Amino acid sequence: MSGLPLLEAAGLSLRFGPVPALEDVSIEVYPGEVVAIVGESGSGKTTLLRVLSGMMRPEAGVVRYRDPEGTVHGVQEMGEAALRRLHRTDWGFVHQNPRDGLRMRVSAGGNIGERLMAVGARHYGNIRAEAAEWLRRVEIEPGRIDGMPALFSGGMQQRLQIARTLVTRPRLVFMDEPTGGLDVSVQARLLDMIRALVADLGLAVLIVTHDIAAARLLAHRLLVMRRGRVVEQGLTDRVLDDPQHEYTQLLVASVLAA
Amino acid sequence: MSWAIHTEGLAKSFTLHLQGGTCIPVLEGVELGVAPGECVALAGPSGAGKSTLMRLLYGNYGVGAGRILIRHQDMEVDLATADARLVRAVRRETLGYVSQFLRVIPRVPTLDIVAEPMMVRGLPREEAKARAAALLARLNLPARLHGLPPATFSGGEQQRVNLARGFAPGYPVLLLDEPTASLDAANREVVVGLIDAAKSAGTAIIGIFHDTEVRDRVADRLFEVHPMPVAA
Repeated sequence: MSGLPLLEAAGLSLRFGPVPALEDVSIEVYPGEVVAIVGESGSGKTTLLRVLSGMMRPEAGVVRYRDPEGTVHGVQEMGEAALRRLHRTDWGFVHQNPRDGLRMRVSAGGNIGERLMAVGARHYGNIRAEAAEWLRRVEIEPGRIDGMPALFSGGMQQRLQIARTLVTRPRLVFMDEPTGGLDVSVQARLLDMIRALVADLGLAVLIVTHDIAAARLLAHRLLVMRRGRVVEQGLTDRVLDDPQHEYTQLLVASVLAA
Repeated sequence: MSWAIHTEGLAKSFTLHLQGGTCIPVLEGVELGVAPGECVALAGPSGAGKSTLMRLLYGNYGVGAGRILIRHQDMEVDLATADARLVRAVRRETLGYVSQFLRVIPRVPTLDIVAEPMMVRGLPREEAKARAAALLARLNLPARLHGLPPATFSGGEQQRVNLARGFAPGYPVLLLDEPTASLDAANREVVVGLIDAAKSAGTAIIGIFHDTEVRDRVADRLFEVHPMPVAA
């Protein structure tokens, strides 16, 4: 067990007008650990992801990030430039809509190469070779390297976004409903691909999903959110096989067995 | 006595919030100890809580009261209170579970399913795959199936994949839930051989065996699980 968390947050609270989006939420993510946040729409799970990744400020509470040298930073105290840099290097973010994570007017290879150049890669041949290798890893024909993402299917766009995110070898990746807008057959393939990549690269992942089956497949640990609160958390199969909270029992009982 | 795993005052009940908070007591005061190299068979009528006890031991059911002490890398860990990361470490190194049914992961080939637990314990990929292939062959699963995902396999074939995955790493403690339920006579013999070999290697085994012939051949003793009186 690697000892110290990559990310830890305590006492996070945030209200949108009278609506509590987060109420006293605490969470840690350790290296190599896949943590899923489940709950229905409006439970606060996407807000939590945005607060943890520094895209939104909480009214109360702290988020701390540990860099590769072991130094701890308060995410809210980081300047915008430092946060942007962090998002390009040690962190990655996979959006539900690939259009939010891709540059649609740049080729597939360019989308991957751009992230590499942002961390200092300069040799054109190496960048192109690495981009081709990542296309292969996410099961996109390397022949499509000069193709425009706008012409790709939704599933291919999502796989391209994942390649663009992982190419710089981040240690922590945030994923917001990564299979959200896709057909069921495409979802299974994408989930399986994410599962294999995460295991190969030893990534820590914080994934938000309303799909319980996806959470069971991917996550080591599960947090169940309702109305801005974490109502139950623990080992994924413990939470799903023996749910304690009334809401979790309802959530698990509502899943159709295939 | 130096146990590989033992329970103290283990109890479990389920509260069904969707059924008006009905509380169903299933187990109480379970004191079970298994030594290295010993095989204990859980006995008791259907519904007595044998499967519940197995799931408590593996940690996919939360413990109501009591302790589950397991020897994990020269430490004694209480699985009842261990956090999720520690339970994962115990499952990776110490505690294996062969459930009745294989939870199939889409698109992953059989060989990788069996090799994976060995790889996460640090065995090089090629060695893990070679051991996986050898064990699958011993369980009479032909090589032409090793590259296919087991989703389309028969029940018996899937069970053999599950058995290979559970036996391959050589966990110090192994839980077996009906390991021979859908197997033919020849494969039952293979499983008896695997259990005997694991016991000789010092593995502590807890099993549910409806097949009494297999049970009497592998089990050193029975542990009676008593049904709880039904509350009025």
